[in-house]
Amino acid sequence: MGFGFLHRHRGSTAYLLLAPGMLFLVVFFLVPLGFLAYQSLESGSIDFGYAFTWAWDNYSSAITGYGTQFKRSFAYAGIATAIALLVSYPVAYWIAFRGGRWKNLLLLCIVAPFFVTYLIRTLAWQTILSDDGLIVRTLTDMHILSPGGRLLATGTAVVAGITYNFLPFMALPLYVSLEQIDQTLIEAAEDLYASKWTAFFRVTFPLSLPGVVAGTLLTFIPAAGDFINAQLLGSTTNHMIGNVINSKYNELIDYPAAAAMSFILMAIILALVLIYARAVGSEKLTG
Amino acid sequence: MTDQITRRVFLRRAAASGSILTVPGLLAACGGGKSSPGTTGDTTSHQLAKTLHFSNWTLYIDNKPGGRHPSLEQFQKKYGVHVDYREDINDNPTFFSKIEPDLQRGQPTGRDIIVMTDNSRYPSLLIQKGWVEKLDKSAIPNMKNLIPQQRHPNWDPNRDYSLPWQSGFTGIGWNEKLTDPVTSMGDLLGNKKLKGKVGLLTEFADTLALVMAYNGDDPSHVTDQTFNRAIDTIQKAVDSGQIRQFYGNDYAGALSSGDLVATMAWSGDIVQLQADNSHLKWQLPDTGGDIWTDNMLIPKGGNVYTASVYMNFVYEPKIAAEIEDYVNYVCPVQGAKEVLVKEDPSIANNPLIFPTKKMLDNVHTIDPKALNNQKYQTTWQNLTSA
Repeated sequence: MGFGFLHRHRGSTAYLLLAPGMLFLVVFFLVPLGFLAYQSLESGSIDFGYAFTWAWDNYSSAITGYGTQFKRSFAYAGIATAIALLVSYPVAYWIAFRGGRWKNLLLLCIVAPFFVTYLIRTLAWQTILSDDGLIVRTLTDMHILSPGGRLLATGTAVVAGITYNFLPFMALPLYVSLEQIDQTLIEAAEDLYASKWTAFFRVTFPLSLPGVVAGTLLTFIPAAGDFINAQLLGSTTNHMIGNVINSKYNELIDYPAAAAMSFILMAIILALVLIYARAVGSEKLTG
Repeated sequence: MTDQITRRVFLRRAAASGSILTVPGLLAACGGGKSSPGTTGDTTSHQLAKTLHFSNWTLYIDNKPGGRHPSLEQFQKKYGVHVDYREDINDNPTFFSKIEPDLQRGQPTGRDIIVMTDNSRYPSLLIQKGWVEKLDKSAIPNMKNLIPQQRHPNWDPNRDYSLPWQSGFTGIGWNEKLTDPVTSMGDLLGNKKLKGKVGLLTEFADTLALVMAYNGDDPSHVTDQTFNRAIDTIQKAVDSGQIRQFYGNDYAGALSSGDLVATMAWSGDIVQLQADNSHLKWQLPDTGGDIWTDNMLIPKGGNVYTASVYMNFVYEPKIAAEIEDYVNYVCPVQGAKEVLVKEDPSIANNPLIFPTKKMLDNVHTIDPKALNNQKYQTTWQNLTSA
């Protein structure tokens, strides 16, 4: 079929173009998801085999047994998202409005850590935060950290690692939405006697909300399911739900429990996203 | 010691990545080596296959530049069997979940020999489920060279299904620049000077065995009572802040950098680490350590005769010595030491590679029933990923 076919079937063009993507999603997302849902309701063990029994107690025991790790995951992810927003906003703002011809180079700098794999970046933080490292020694000298105190293997290190690893996901959408703002609107606000701060809070910030929403979602969602940072930078009491799912799946070979926990995690994230979208107004999501 | 980028140094870097980042279940279910195994289904025939499919751990055999393995080349020369040697085992659970779907469906895994650790639940699980073949002992006369301490493991009492590849000890490693010798579990778990600088192993069997021996209980016979006592002992140390983290292979980096002052550690790692840092020391705890063994097994559908002939080959002291000279773990083959005394005395006289009888008498093996106890496993997991 050549272009003639497309001309004769105008309406089907869109579907044809969508097909590869849809097919990809069905095969690699929907099918595994269905499989996971099925698995989450199985019971049994690797020794005797698993059987589908509508085992809803996989869900209830996940919540009663691992409530702490669920709560901790969302707390860590929430704090990391907030810090990432506070750090990225001024940076994105500066690049968008003052970057000039350096814009592309500066953006490249934000993305640069992505050229190194996630794992190596996190391992590097082990060295940076090491008990005998520069940061710990400096903080101890400044009496911010008590002698013999540590950063590595603490919750602080886990949150710091997550913040760092997901920062570009925050900074880039912020930049995009700030960059699109028509600067004459800000000038107009100032002409109407708005102070710089008022202009920012009444004009710039509201116009950048789509970026804020996209950035926070892109940061928060993967952060809540992360387990690498907790494993490499945390201690015995800093594990997140991702660590539990990982060890259920890989070490205990308890597929049903791991599947049920994944679904609970997904459900909570979905609920939080809906509440958040409702709060900021869903039209902000699409700009 | 030549070619010293050996197995553990590599693993130290890779393990952190490998074991964490795998998504075994689904991937294994979708892909996995399906090349036909060196058998036509007739697993009892005494005819050698053309190819032997051997899956082993990374850097766990003699290596020469260019990716050559001289011992495998000699095997091919002697028997005309090509060895398809794959270093595709990074950790026990991941590898198990890779071959499990095939075994479950009764299909060959495409492998004739696999190597799994007996301080994991898998070797005994494989035997229980009938997923491994019996060795053809008539083809392995060299089995007589197996060191006596390894002849009757509780999970395979007559070595009907398994033969050791290498072993290792679990004991205590410490940095002598930062602490006095730490030679007891009591010191490790309770000495206030080490607070927050102590590592334990995530590996259930290792930590449990050492702590149970410390409690005066028998690790080779675990009961609910002794298990709970061990968990209480560990929980107390965790709650007091003594324990920094539970580690896999990655304790090695932390011990080298000084973030850990003392930790439970594997003997082979320390042999490697000492090459970079002579302040690192290692000893079996006074109340006893733990010995674990990586075992060759023939997965269901593998070519029993060819695999057995290969096992016989590596149990020749001369071949075992060649492999040992590179691998530096604990050698299970009698006579290999005598070969190495002439060729590489520093290896032959290293008690971490050829242990003394005293050391072998001071180590325990863990109760396989405890490893397969889901309740224990869950309790352990809740403790280590709190």
